[in-house]
Amino acid sequence: MPRDIKGGNGNMKNIDQLKQLARDQKVSRREFMSTVTAMGVTVAAASTMWSSSVQAAPKRGGKMRMGSAHGNTTDTLDPSTFNNGGIIQQGYAMRNHLSEVDNNGTLIPELSSGWEASDDATEWVFTLRKGVEFHNGKTMDANDVISSMNYHRGKDSKSAAKPLLAPVTELKADGKDKVVFKLSGGSADFPYIVSDYHLAIMPADASGKVDWQSGVGTGAYIKEKFEPGVRSTYKRNPNYFKAGRGHFDEVEFLTITDVVARTNALTTGEIDAMSRCDLKTVHLLKRRKGVKVEEVTGTLHYTIPMHTDVAPFDNNHVRMALKYALDREVLLKTILRGHGVVGNDHPISTANRFHNGDLPQRSYDLDKAKFHMKKAGLTSLSVDLSAADAAFVGAVDAAVLYKEHAAKAGININVVREPSDGYWSNVWLKKPWCMVYWGGRPIEDMMFSQSLATGADWNESHFSHKRFMELLVKARAELDEPKRRAMYYEMQKIVNMEGGTVVPLFANYVFAMSDKVHHDPKMAGNWDMDGDKSLERWWFG
Amino acid sequence: MSQIVKLVAQRLALGLLTLFIISLIIFLCVEMLPGNFSEAILGQAATPETVAAFNRELGLDLPPHERYFTWLFNMVQGDFGRSLASKRELSELLGYRLENTLFLASVAAVIAIPLAVTLGVLAALYRDSFYDRAVNVVTLSSISFPEFFVAYILILILAQNLGWFPAISNINDELGFWEKIYRTALPAFTLTLVCVAHMMRMTRAAIINLLASPYIEMARLKGLRPGRIILKHALPNALAPIINVVVLNMAYLVVGVVLVEVVFVYPGLGQLFVDSVRSRDIPVVQACSLIFAMTYVLLNLLADVLSIMSNPRLLHPR
Repeated sequence: MPRDIKGGNGNMKNIDQLKQLARDQKVSRREFMSTVTAMGVTVAAASTMWSSSVQAAPKRGGKMRMGSAHGNTTDTLDPSTFNNGGIIQQGYAMRNHLSEVDNNGTLIPELSSGWEASDDATEWVFTLRKGVEFHNGKTMDANDVISSMNYHRGKDSKSAAKPLLAPVTELKADGKDKVVFKLSGGSADFPYIVSDYHLAIMPADASGKVDWQSGVGTGAYIKEKFEPGVRSTYKRNPNYFKAGRGHFDEVEFLTITDVVARTNALTTGEIDAMSRCDLKTVHLLKRRKGVKVEEVTGTLHYTIPMHTDVAPFDNNHVRMALKYALDREVLLKTILRGHGVVGNDHPISTANRFHNGDLPQRSYDLDKAKFHMKKAGLTSLSVDLSAADAAFVGAVDAAVLYKEHAAKAGININVVREPSDGYWSNVWLKKPWCMVYWGGRPIEDMMFSQSLATGADWNESHFSHKRFMELLVKARAELDEPKRRAMYYEMQKIVNMEGGTVVPLFANYVFAMSDKVHHDPKMAGNWDMDGDKSLERWWFG
Repeated sequence: MSQIVKLVAQRLALGLLTLFIISLIIFLCVEMLPGNFSEAILGQAATPETVAAFNRELGLDLPPHERYFTWLFNMVQGDFGRSLASKRELSELLGYRLENTLFLASVAAVIAIPLAVTLGVLAALYRDSFYDRAVNVVTLSSISFPEFFVAYILILILAQNLGWFPAISNINDELGFWEKIYRTALPAFTLTLVCVAHMMRMTRAAIINLLASPYIEMARLKGLRPGRIILKHALPNALAPIINVVVLNMAYLVVGVVLVEVVFVYPGLGQLFVDSVRSRDIPVVQACSLIFAMTYVLLNLLADVLSIMSNPRLLHPR
């Protein structure tokens, strides 16, 4: 992307932030006008901006009825077993974390008031916010935080967050309102990790036993009824510590797994918002009066990994030829019906902090594909591509499209249709070339460490690159942001140019709500439904 | 009467045996499914360590026969156990769902049974008339469509276009009785449409069968009106097959409503059953299957007892 446009984006971002400030009544009209006009906006436009921002100020009240695509009868209030969007959303409504990824994608303190790292990023000190009360009236202190973290650690932990906290070697309180984490290696992303939905802060007793059973937290909503996989009800926490969040008086959270039922419920006014629209019919839903459809690009993406240590994929020219032989735009139009963005053969999304926008977008280029074929010393190439709709809806169709696109470059792709049952245990990581989806990770280090680091369990392309690994370890402990950015940019370039993974598409989160529901101009893309924090961020206009 | 008591006792004993065999089959089937509860619940995060820790905590590391007999032993003592997933008492978890399913089944039965019998009697009365053909065509078409299709058509017309009923059945304890009925209306209509044809046709066939018998001819020769012949003379004798088909349909209303529950997001037992199979939550699967099996056993018994009681000849065998 050219420099000047980036500058423009920066301005847009600032205006968005200003609008937010105006909405939160943290900036006066005079300040707003002078700043915005200084950015090159006309006075008239600035004035309209001001009034529309203030009018859109959040209002308290109403009963939010949320229809979620996710949620099982097996869900519990135990955050170590959270595994779907429904329960994650409710977890974020009931409880808080040391840090939070806000609606702009920036990391901000939540139950902490700030944090500091040692120079090598191996020791992190979190200062806790003072006077925050749990729903049961107990004041949150260091013991609660330490116990909540320890709940996921230790030999007998069955927590999905166990690997996240594996680098923590020592965890101790420094007075009543400071918590110190000592890590086995430097990790500049540690404050991001504690915002993970598993690592909620729960009340603990003196022996360090946390109480997850009651659902008591510090969050914006207090649990009333919890019938997992069916319906839960919440009421507003009158003592919520966060300003400008938690606007609904009541919340009714319904699990409606069937997409048609969910859509019907929204269009007939039985619910106020729903997650996961049906992409096949969403254009019709958009036409419906009283309903608005929202889209956010997240980290969810599809990959087509080749085993880089297996012929013919061990030759980078073959990999490049295959990367150029796919028309991503067509895939975007047919498989996602336009609800996504094309991928650039690396797993870092525009929703990530360090997305490398300078990298030229790879496109369908038969000349380049043929050039790389020639470089590889091949006139024709025949490869098997394994696919099943277990990978993602439309994976088989995508494979067939790929076959047609590649045929024009003299590459013969033989689509092998695999059974959906057992796809993840029998095909993924086993077959040399197959279709895969990734939920994606909000943190670059996590994404690279899990999918591309040498020896990682889920290194689906058997990628092994010396410089890449050097950078991975260095960037993890680098606290200087510009330096880190440069490293992650280089890593994305390495994967783009030499990696074994074709990343054709990033899918959007597509959700819908009644037009009475309002939200901040920018919504978070780290998870579905405004970072799964819609219950405390949205309001009725 | 002692005949009936003996029959009931015999059938109940056999029923218990059936339940035991069913519990064994279900246990073995779930055991044979790939993956176990811990893997299912931990999903992508299932590392060997976490799975082992989880299994240890839940006692899933014990050999299968040990687990089955522990469960059976507790069961006989009236302890249904707890759900593996939510650690909740099954009686508490299932009670509410079962109540909902029975509620939906009752509402559907209250609409469907009188409707079906009336339609059937009228169809027999006006046999081969336009009415007979029309009612046959309509009910047979509605039974031929898959349930979810009927459900969607009803939603389209009654919820989307006319807005008379809610598109999803969001029911809970806090609602009043009539509000609950109102919200259950669409699934109940769907079930009605799906099961009326069977009962209606059986009623019609049973009555028409009798209309050829000599005593009906006698009644006709006496000069009785056709309506009276059917209601007073034919219907009592046709009761046994009608009762049978009605009761079988009631069993269907209880156990066969999974699709309808999914379409209307109705918080019943079927939905719970499907979820539990998916997550390999064996105690819940076992309990649900036993409830379903018990429904069949009891309703079949009821059908037999009622048929015998409706027929004095069976009541006093010589």
